Amino acid sequence: MAEIITPKINITEKPPGHEGHGFFATSLDKVVGMARKNSLWPLPFATSCCGIEFMATMGSHYDLGRFGSERLSFSPRQADLLMVMGTIAKKMGPILRQVYEQMAEPRWVLSMGACASSGGIFDTYSVLQGIDRIIPVDVYIPGCPPRPEQVIDGILKIQELVQSEAIRRRDTPEYKAMLAKYGIE
Amino acid sequence: MENTLLNTVSEKLKSKFGDAIVFSEQHYDFPVFVIKREKIIDIIQFLKDDPEMGFGFLTTMCALHFPENKGQEMGLMYQLQNMQKNWRIRLKIFFPINDVVVPTATGLFAAANWMERQEYDFFGIIFKGHPNLKRILNMDEMNYFPMRKEYPLEDAAREDKNDSMFGR
Repeated sequence: MAEIITPKINITEKPPGHEGHGFFATSLDKVVGMARKNSLWPLPFATSCCGIEFMATMGSHYDLGRFGSERLSFSPRQADLLMVMGTIAKKMGPILRQVYEQMAEPRWVLSMGACASSGGIFDTYSVLQGIDRIIPVDVYIPGCPPRPEQVIDGILKIQELVQSEAIRRRDTPEYKAMLAKYGIE
Repeated sequence: MENTLLNTVSEKLKSKFGDAIVFSEQHYDFPVFVIKREKIIDIIQFLKDDPEMGFGFLTTMCALHFPENKGQEMGLMYQLQNMQKNWRIRLKIFFPINDVVVPTATGLFAAANWMERQEYDFFGIIFKGHPNLKRILNMDEMNYFPMRKEYPLEDAAREDKNDSMFGR
């Protein structure tokens, strides 16, 4: 007789709420946050060696798919998370900004490595000294380049933000003022 | 006289162009010729077309800036190669920083197009007759020539490096 193999499927925990016979009540924020958190579509904007570490992170050994992010989006229009990995030259700045502007809300930005976060060793006239000069950043990953474990840690930090984000946060005047500071409509 | 590449080319150039050749020397395995600016295109043309010379390839070009050489601050270096004989030479010209107009070599070598744009981009050298002399590597909004030595290499906007840690 053939053995029945039940596949091991991890199911995320339900958010806090009230439960009874045949019903479960919680707030919409928490349900949406839970769904978004576990299905982030990252857009890799990889310009140098951090991109190679990211490839390792996406590979089977580290497997970012375990965290619901195996589906990369190579179009900014369908992406939730912009991952900037590598040195951004000043000439690349407007392109990065355009990619960010094309992303639909809600959108998050992860800056990976010393160069994307601060210019890194490239303290020179041609290199943007940190992408937060042109777009808002949610999570910074230190390192030169960071190891895949650190990338996963960064993604988990993003997931915490995504999970706990209030559903109307992007409509608030504070958020709009923050974007206006960067000159983004 | 020894039968070296330096002497062969030197004799050829001197018989043809006379005192347009300011100076020549062997710099390691490279014969180097310092030339008057006005004659540079004629000389490259000759080195390319003459059957004995046959320098048919412009390997590279670069600009030079020596602020201490008053009146001769800026320079250009052309590196030419004869691929049949594996001959390589350098030509140099020097000129003052307030007069940085040089005739273009794009009529002789298509490869000179982007190289000259690069020298314009980084050193602000104006190539007279260049078909498309605009910045190639730096952003178009840049308002100075970053490889000139009066400008600092570092990005002035950077805030996390201060004197206490980095000696700036």
